[in-house]
Amino acid sequence: MTIPDTLLLIFGALAAGAIAALVAPSGAWARRVSLASAFLACAAALALGIQAVQSGAVWIWHSDAVLSPLGGITLRLDPLGAFFLVIVAVAGLPASLYGVGYLRHLDARPRGRAVHALMNAFLAGMYAVPLADNVAMFLFAWEVMALASYLLVVSDPEDETAAAAGVWYAVMTHGGFLALLAAFLLLAPDQRLEFDAMRATAGGLSPAATMAVVLLSVAAFGSKAGLVPLHVWLPRAHPAAPSHVSALMSAAMVKLGVYGVVRLLFDIMPPLPLGWGALLLGLGVLTALTGVLYSVAETHLKRILAYSTIENVGFIFVALGFALLMRGYGHGALAAMGLMVALLHTLNHAVFKTLLFLAAGAVVHATHASSLEALGGLIKRMPHTAVLCLVGILALAAVPPFNGFTSEWLTFQLLIAGARYTAPSLAIMLPLALAAVALVAGLAALSAVRLFGIGFLALPRTEGAREAREAPLSMRAAMALPAAACVALGLMPTVALTRLAAVTSDLGLPMGQLDTGTSLVLPLVGSRLAPLAIAALLGGAGLGAAFISRGRRTRVRIDSAWNCGRIIQSPRTEYTAAAFAEPLKRVFTGFYRPMHEVTVDVHPASPYFVRAMTLRADVVPWMEQALYGPVVRGARLATDLVSRIHTGSIHWYLTLLPIALFALLLLARWIR
Amino acid sequence: MAALLLAAAELVLLMALAPGVVGYTRWVKARLQGRRGAGVLQPYRELRKTFGKSMVIADSASWIFHLAPWVVTASTVAAAALVPVVSVHQPADQLGDLFALMALLILGTVFLALGGLDPGTAFGGMGSSREMTVAALTEPTLAIAVLALALTSGSTSLGAIAGTVLANPANAIGPGHALAFAAFLIAMLAETGRLPIDNPATHLELTMIHEAMILEYSGPYLALLEWAAATKLTLLLVLAANMFAPWGIATAIEPGAVARSVGVILAKLLVLATLLAVLETRVAKLRLFRVPELLAVSFTLALLAATSSFFSR
Repeated sequence: MTIPDTLLLIFGALAAGAIAALVAPSGAWARRVSLASAFLACAAALALGIQAVQSGAVWIWHSDAVLSPLGGITLRLDPLGAFFLVIVAVAGLPASLYGVGYLRHLDARPRGRAVHALMNAFLAGMYAVPLADNVAMFLFAWEVMALASYLLVVSDPEDETAAAAGVWYAVMTHGGFLALLAAFLLLAPDQRLEFDAMRATAGGLSPAATMAVVLLSVAAFGSKAGLVPLHVWLPRAHPAAPSHVSALMSAAMVKLGVYGVVRLLFDIMPPLPLGWGALLLGLGVLTALTGVLYSVAETHLKRILAYSTIENVGFIFVALGFALLMRGYGHGALAAMGLMVALLHTLNHAVFKTLLFLAAGAVVHATHASSLEALGGLIKRMPHTAVLCLVGILALAAVPPFNGFTSEWLTFQLLIAGARYTAPSLAIMLPLALAAVALVAGLAALSAVRLFGIGFLALPRTEGAREAREAPLSMRAAMALPAAACVALGLMPTVALTRLAAVTSDLGLPMGQLDTGTSLVLPLVGSRLAPLAIAALLGGAGLGAAFISRGRRTRVRIDSAWNCGRIIQSPRTEYTAAAFAEPLKRVFTGFYRPMHEVTVDVHPASPYFVRAMTLRADVVPWMEQALYGPVVRGARLATDLVSRIHTGSIHWYLTLLPIALFALLLLARWIR
Repeated sequence: MAALLLAAAELVLLMALAPGVVGYTRWVKARLQGRRGAGVLQPYRELRKTFGKSMVIADSASWIFHLAPWVVTASTVAAAALVPVVSVHQPADQLGDLFALMALLILGTVFLALGGLDPGTAFGGMGSSREMTVAALTEPTLAIAVLALALTSGSTSLGAIAGTVLANPANAIGPGHALAFAAFLIAMLAETGRLPIDNPATHLELTMIHEAMILEYSGPYLALLEWAAATKLTLLLVLAANMFAPWGIATAIEPGAVARSVGVILAKLLVLATLLAVLETRVAKLRLFRVPELLAVSFTLALLAATSSFFSR
C-alpha cells in the first residue's frame, strides 16, 4: 500500500467509525463498529509508522482545496512524525480493543454513542498532528485533539469533579493554543505559514524573537505534556476520563507535546544558545521530582498514574534538554544520543502507561472504587489482571529486565557521557541532574510497590474489593498487548534503538552505525548492557532457588499469619497507602507541607474518656495555590467588572454596538 | 572459556563465603561486647537447619509470597555475578555495569517489599514502607559515587574500573576516590540494613526494617532470604574492596595469580568485616527520621567526590 492509500484508510476508517457510532441501530453495534474501525486504523498507522521510520524517506503532499483561506494544508511524513504515529498507535491499539468489554455498560445510554464517536475523532486528531506540515493543518489537528479529549473528560454528566477538571483542562489547553499561534506567527516570514518556509528562515530571527518563540513554544507544548508548573490540569483531567481514554491521554496525547518541542526546537529552529538547553533540563528535573513526589502521596489510583506520567515526561525532558544543550554546544553525537534516549523513553512510557491505565480501569470497573485504601486482595479475585499489572509495575519501577530499566540505564549513561566529554563549566550541572534522576527512579520504585502492594496484595479492605470479578476477555487481551511489548522492549532494546537512529539522523544529528546485536553498545559509552543475558541469568538463578526451596519434599502448612503473635488479623490492621507514604512525607516535609487536624470528642464526665477521634491529614498543593491562585482571583475580578455592563436593557446594548464598531475601526486604522 | 569458568568459580566462592562473613562479623561483635559468641560457622549450621524445616505460609498470602524469595535470591545472584572477586578480566562486563548491579539490587528490594506486604500484616507493611524509603534515598548517593568512579576510569563497568585504578594508583588515593569511598560505605550500611540504619540483630522491635519484612517467612524460604541478605552484604564489601582498593587482584588468569588473589580478597574481607563489627559496636541505632540526615551526609560526600573527579580526569 502506498502512503496516501494508507492515510486514506486510517482517516477513512476513523471517520466511518465515528459516523457509525452515531447512526448504528443499537448501542452495542455502535460500540463494536466504532471500536473495530479504530482498531483497524491503529493497526494501519502502526504498520505505516514502522515502515516509514525504517525507510527514512520523506513524503510531502499539498492541497489548496481544503482550508484554502488559510493557505491550504500540507502533509509530511518523515521519520520523526512516523515515530509519533507509532506512539499513538501503540496506545490506540490496546485502548480500542479494551473498549469492547469496558464500554459495555454505556450501550444503553445515549452518551455511549458520543463517547465512541469522540474517541475516533480524538485518534484522528492525534494521527494528524505529526503529519501536519503547515500552521493551518497543525493547529486544526491540535484543536480537534484538544476538543475531543476535553469532551471525553466531561463525558460523564454525573461526575462533578470531571466538570471542574474540564474547566482546568479547557483553560490550559486554550492558553497553550494561543501561545502556539503566537509562536507560529513570529516564526512565519511574510505570513507564509508553511513549516518548510520556517525551516529556511528561522535562523535569521533576531535574538529577541528567538527567545519569544522558544518560550512560547515550550509553554504551549509543555502545557500539553504536563511540564511543571503547567501540569495542574493533568492530574485532574486524565483520571476523570474513561480509562481507555485516560490511557490515550497519558500515553499518547502528552507525547505530542514532546513531539511539538522536538519538531520546533530540533527541526525548525537552528541550534540554540546553551541557556535554553539548560532551562529545558532544569524544567525536566523539576517536573520529574514534582511528579514522583505527588504520585507517592496520592491515594487515588488513576491520579497516582497521572502524576507518574508527569514524572516520566520530566525524564523525557531531561534527555531532551540535554540534547538541546549538546546541540548548542556543538557536540552532535551527544545531542543525537540525548534525542534518541528521549524518544526511546517516550515509547517505553507509552507502552507501560497504557498497560497501567488499562489495568487501573479494570480495577475500578470491577470494584467501583478508585482509592487504594478501598482495594486490596485483588490478586486472588483478578489473577490475570494482577499478573499483567505487575509487568507494568515492574517497568514503572525501572527494574531489569523490563523496558523502564533500559531507558533509565541509558539516561544515566547519557549524563555520565555528558560529564566526561564536555568542558567542566558545562558538565558541572550534570551530576546534580544525575542525582535527581536517580532519586526519582528510587521513588518511582517506591510508588510502584505501593500501588501494587496496597492495591492487589493482602486482604480486601472493602466489600467492593471482596466481590471483585475478573475483567472480560477483551480487556485482558488488550492489557496483554502492551505487557508483551514491555517485556520485548526490555529484552531487545536495540530493535527500537537502531530504528531511532534513523529519526535523529533525519534531524541532522547522525548517530553513526549502531550495534544491532542483543546488547546495548553505544558510542561514547564505556560500558554495555545485555538485557537478554541478564534475564537468562535471573531466570536460571530463580529456577535454582525454586528448586532448592521447593524441589525436595518440603512440608508446607497453611495457617493464619503469625505477625509476631498477634491473634487477630483483619483488613483494619493492614498497612494503608497513606501509612506507606508517611516516612517519605516526613522526609520531604518542606515539599509536602503536610497538614494534620486532630479532633477529639471526649465524654462530658471526664476528659480521659475519648468517644471519637478524627484525623484529617492532607498535602497542601502550595505550588498550585501560589501560581494559580492570583490568576483565578484576577479572572474572577475581571468577569465581575465585565458583568456590570450586562444590565439587561436592550437600549443600552444597542448603544454599545456602534461604540464597539467605532472602536474596532479606529483600532484597524491604527494598526495599518 | 577459562575466564568464564573463573567467573563461575568467583560467583560460587562469593556465595559460599557469604554466611561466613556474617558469622565472623557476629563473632567479632560478641567479643567486643565481652561475650564469647557463637562460632564463625554458626550461620552455615542455621542455614542447614532452616533449609530442612517445614514451612508455614499465611493463609492471606498469594503467589507473590512464594515468588519473592526466588526473585530476591535470583537478583542477588545476578548482582554477585557482576562483581569482580579475584580477577579484573570480567566476562560479566559484557553483561552489565554498576548501574545494572544497582538496578538488580532494587529488583530484589522491590520483591522483598512485595513479599512483606503480601500476607497483610502490619509489621510487614511497616518494614516494606521503610525499606523502600531508605532504598530510594540511597539511590542518588550511589549514582553520584558511580559517576565519580566513571569520570576517572571512563567506564561504569566493574572490571574496567578496577583495572583503571590498578593502572593509575595516583587516582586511587586522590580526594575523588577517597570521598566516593566514604559515601559508598554509608550507602552500603543503608542498603544492607546494618547499624546505625537498621539493626540486624533485632526481632520484635518497632524499629526493625529488614526483619519486619521477612517475619512471615519460615523454612527454606527464610533460609533463601537469609542467604541472599548475607550475599548482598558480602558482594557490597567485595565491591568496596575491589573498586576502591583493587591491589592484589589478579590481572592475568593463571593459577598462581588467582590463588594469591583469593588470599588477598579473604584478607580484605576480614579487615572490612572487622571494621563493620567495630562500627556496629560503637554506634547506636539512629531514629528512623534521622536516617535521611545521614544519607544526606553521604550524598554530599559523593557530590564532593564527583566535583573533585572533574579536576583529576
